[in-house]
Amino acid sequence: MLKIIVCVKQALDVTQIKADPATRQLIIVDAKRKISDFDKNAIEAAMQIKEKQGAEVTALTVSAEDAKMILREALAMGADKAHMISDPAFEGSDTLATSYMLAEAIKKIGEFDLILCGEASVDSYSAQVGPRLAERLGIPQITYARKLNVEGNILTAERTLEDSYETVTAKTPVLVTVTAEINTPRIPSLMAIMKASKKEIVTWTAQDLGISKEKVGKTGSAIQVTEVLAPKVERKKIVITGETAAEIAEKLAKELIKEGVVGR
Amino acid sequence: MKALSEQHKGVWVFSENKELMLELLGKGKELAENLTTELAAVLLGHNVKDRADELLGYGANKVYLVDNPLLEKPLAEPYVSALTSLAKQYKPDILLFGSTRKGKELASRTAARLETGCVPDCTHLSIDASKRLLMGRVVYGGNAVATHFCRTKPQIATVPRRVFEKLPYMERKGELVNFDVKLEEPKTEIVDVKKIEAAKVKIEEAKVVVAGGRGLDKKEDFAILDELAKVLGGQVAYTRPLCEDRKWFTDWVGLSGHYIKPALYIGCGISGVIQHVAGIRDSQIIVAINKDPEAPIFEIADYKIVGDLYEIIPALTEAIKKQLKT
Repeated sequence: MLKIIVCVKQALDVTQIKADPATRQLIIVDAKRKISDFDKNAIEAAMQIKEKQGAEVTALTVSAEDAKMILREALAMGADKAHMISDPAFEGSDTLATSYMLAEAIKKIGEFDLILCGEASVDSYSAQVGPRLAERLGIPQITYARKLNVEGNILTAERTLEDSYETVTAKTPVLVTVTAEINTPRIPSLMAIMKASKKEIVTWTAQDLGISKEKVGKTGSAIQVTEVLAPKVERKKIVITGETAAEIAEKLAKELIKEGVVGR
Repeated sequence: MKALSEQHKGVWVFSENKELMLELLGKGKELAENLTTELAAVLLGHNVKDRADELLGYGANKVYLVDNPLLEKPLAEPYVSALTSLAKQYKPDILLFGSTRKGKELASRTAARLETGCVPDCTHLSIDASKRLLMGRVVYGGNAVATHFCRTKPQIATVPRRVFEKLPYMERKGELVNFDVKLEEPKTEIVDVKKIEAAKVKIEEAKVVVAGGRGLDKKEDFAILDELAKVLGGQVAYTRPLCEDRKWFTDWVGLSGHYIKPALYIGCGISGVIQHVAGIRDSQIIVAINKDPEAPIFEIADYKIVGDLYEIIPALTEAIKKQLKT
């Protein structure tokens, strides 16, 4: 049977991040955590393959904090197994360190045919962990898939690129990252949520995986952050009003011509 | 973690996208001058030697060429093996990639093989007092700009289209280094390519962008935006929900789509979620038209109109026509 591993991330809910307007410092401590949106598309893609041809689906996450919540969500959507690699030592990991931890976890989990990831995470949006993980495992990657099909040991995917859709094939094992276009993630039923709450989540620490602490967290990361600030907003914020649409439109047209952005 | 090595020198640029390669050379030149080092372009492909002169003309001091039939198409395995072999041999200090979707996966995989860091989609690049590359990018769905540096070499960054400008072309002499190396065979095969119907002018190139969002009830209603864009000599753009939820269009402006900075951006019926704003924030003038006075887009607008776009837009088209005549 096809073995699928879906990598999921506990991300910050970016809609809840606020900034202090005076200092431009972010206030993120209270922001909710949630499963990164595209990772739900990855789970759904795995479920559709499972329903069509049978597969064993394992959800995997690495996190410095407790991320059982998002694995419960994956289980409720239909994943068979869940693994959490969690250790406070992981705090501050960049994509180099994160892909190392994921690769070590996958080696311990054992055999697989397909690894699915979201195209990127909603909070950092770097789109690096998928290709880096594929490199670590020495397998091909297909990024930005909007369609996916597995037949025997041949995987076919249609990718969304800037100006074209590209259909690509590869032999399994392979890593695929998916876009939001690929499907609409199912909403689990109450029954499924109840059942998922009773399933086991296998939890490993860095030590369980034999991971050296030098290679994870801030020490193991190549990229260091010097500053995170809310963007500067320097806009005129001029309100244009009028009795009629025509009056408003005329005022705006005159302003835009004065700005030199209309007409030549 | 590998120690920083003093041996790494030079700024390299690579993109499979020809225009983006020239823009990278433009920024790369400035970084190389700040470091008093040379700027090199990496040219990969098959029978592409003729392009070397153009790359020198746009600022490269040197072109590293790997010419091989396996490099006909930008597939990960042969491209990454060419890039990493070159980098191991000549040890660049900085390596800039173009942020196309293909460029980003090549950059990630190259960085993984070289065990170094990579900061994607940089909109700010500069050299600090310790001669490190400072890399700025938008994070947290557009809520912040983060500045990074990389402790390992080469320092890798990817750069989107139109963030930096290419230099004027000049006849310039430089060195061509022919690099011959055994490449990995590709493990994926491209079996079909369907062109996505493209606008006449790429949205990044448009001087004026009229963007529509969920405030438009039907796809056909975009006719009024088309009219306005036509009068302004601009292009119409869309938000992500119109493409992914309503499936009316295929590509959008925003954090996960196109990044634009036109002279004039007019947002019609767009609430202004942070992910969309991240793609338009650097526009010179922002006009927002929305029924909801609380719409977040008004926070970043120069001109704010609270009203019905179905009335305002046709009126604006007429008003601009009239003004342009006089």
